[in-house]
Amino acid sequence: MNAPTIHIHADGVRLQVAPGTSVAAALAQVPPGRTRTSVTGQPRAPLCGMGVCHECRVRIDGRVRLACQTVCAEGMQVHTDTGVPRP
Amino acid sequence: MNALTPPQAPARCDILIIGAGPAGMAAALAAAPSGAAITMVDDNPEAGGQIWRDGPGAQLPPLARQHREALARHANIILLRGTRVVGLGDAPRAGDAPSLLLEDAERGWIQHSHRLILCTGARELLLPLPGWTLPGVTGAGGLQALVKAGLPVQGQRIVVAGTGPLLLAAAATAAKAGAQVVRVAEQAGWRALAGFAAQLPRWPTKAVQALTLLQPQLRAGSHVLQAQGDGQVQSVRLQTPSGEETIACDRLACGFGLVPNTHLAQMLGCALGSALSNGLGLRVDAQMRTSVAGVYAAGECTGFGGSERALAQGAIAGHAAAGRATPVHALQARLQRWEGFAHALQRSFTLNPSLNQLARPDTLVCRCEDVPHAELAGRSGWIDAKLHTRCGMGACQGRICGAATQQLFGWTPAPARHLLAPARIATLAAAPGDTPG
Repeated sequence: MNAPTIHIHADGVRLQVAPGTSVAAALAQVPPGRTRTSVTGQPRAPLCGMGVCHECRVRIDGRVRLACQTVCAEGMQVHTDTGVPRP
Repeated sequence: MNALTPPQAPARCDILIIGAGPAGMAAALAAAPSGAAITMVDDNPEAGGQIWRDGPGAQLPPLARQHREALARHANIILLRGTRVVGLGDAPRAGDAPSLLLEDAERGWIQHSHRLILCTGARELLLPLPGWTLPGVTGAGGLQALVKAGLPVQGQRIVVAGTGPLLLAAAATAAKAGAQVVRVAEQAGWRALAGFAAQLPRWPTKAVQALTLLQPQLRAGSHVLQAQGDGQVQSVRLQTPSGEETIACDRLACGFGLVPNTHLAQMLGCALGSALSNGLGLRVDAQMRTSVAGVYAAGECTGFGGSERALAQGAIAGHAAAGRATPVHALQARLQRWEGFAHALQRSFTLNPSLNQLARPDTLVCRCEDVPHAELAGRSGWIDAKLHTRCGMGACQGRICGAATQQLFGWTPAPARHLLAPARIATLAAAPGDTPG
């Protein structure tokens, strides 16, 4: 019997993960696991893994949340467009 | 234990515990037999803190399971997962602890309590080095947390660098998940490591643990100089006793020790000054009371010392907050034993001053506001840097760069004020208009 799996959509890409997987861990399936863009336009990915650094803030079902502290739920829509460069 | 959603959770409880790691769990279990109404709050999806973090890539030790099962047996303990303290609440009742503004994924509310126990843990000291903003560079404990949460590392080459036993624990977690640990670079020299190892027989469980974690790729007296790569980390430059070395890798996990999380406590006015962690932890008395009436603290927020010390402190705080004096005295000997271990750790893994020179002028120190080292080097202190460069004024509120600039420049970050973390407008609407700032 196969282990149950959860599906989320990250920037339109369908990802399959084990139950309990964090959004930060799921996003790493698409290297380099980018989560946001810094104020000077650099790509960023999770750093602290424990809700301190806020590098992993992403838009989840319309709300900005920390990917490392959010568990994937079936059908979740994740967008990594947080933090656009300042003009 | 009831995992109630906040609307059902009472907005006033007898004992409010912030942080559901070993210290928080021990505090709740010690206080529970008194019959007190206990609410635990943790911003992670599950209880356990960092060391007992659960997830698809985690294997919980028996002691962690026992604590979780014990919590579940108490109907008077409520655990609020995914819930964060974002600021101060309104005026407390006479004799109560300060109230707090809490937020979960859905709503915000003010939580009152008679007694407050802070078990806010520690975070990693992350030092700025060239390339550290590249995707693929994480904390050492950070990598461990991500792997436990399901991060795929199968077949990836990983360099672990920094200092302390956490490096070996992170390497072991990654290796168990199928990663190839190509180097563990410990900045402390072999002499310091041997000195530490020689003391371990005083704590036999730690000696056994150390043996199980030993890595053939461990090198002492080595530290990271730079992470390199195009779009993500592809190699790491290291300083070793025999010269410079470049190692190809897919990930770099770096940790330079632990910093007590005291933002919340300092917002409440609690004094620092622990014997451990260079005085950067919360000062507590023998009953784990902080300098603020009604507020207790336990675990790594009182100084880095490991989970056994956190469990002893947590139990003492729980008993004391519930007004049970006798068990507190019985726990003091256990605490002293693990305080000894904590001091041995601290002596053995002091940071080499050359690590303060890793950043180049263009290396970003504040990752939220992208402030480079060159803009900070001439500033007189933390407030001056904030006002002129926006360093520490981004989403993390200086949690990363505040500790880094304390290490690099000796700056003392100003105590945190209301609000502690980014919060939703609706949450702020739950707070009174005259919230102290």
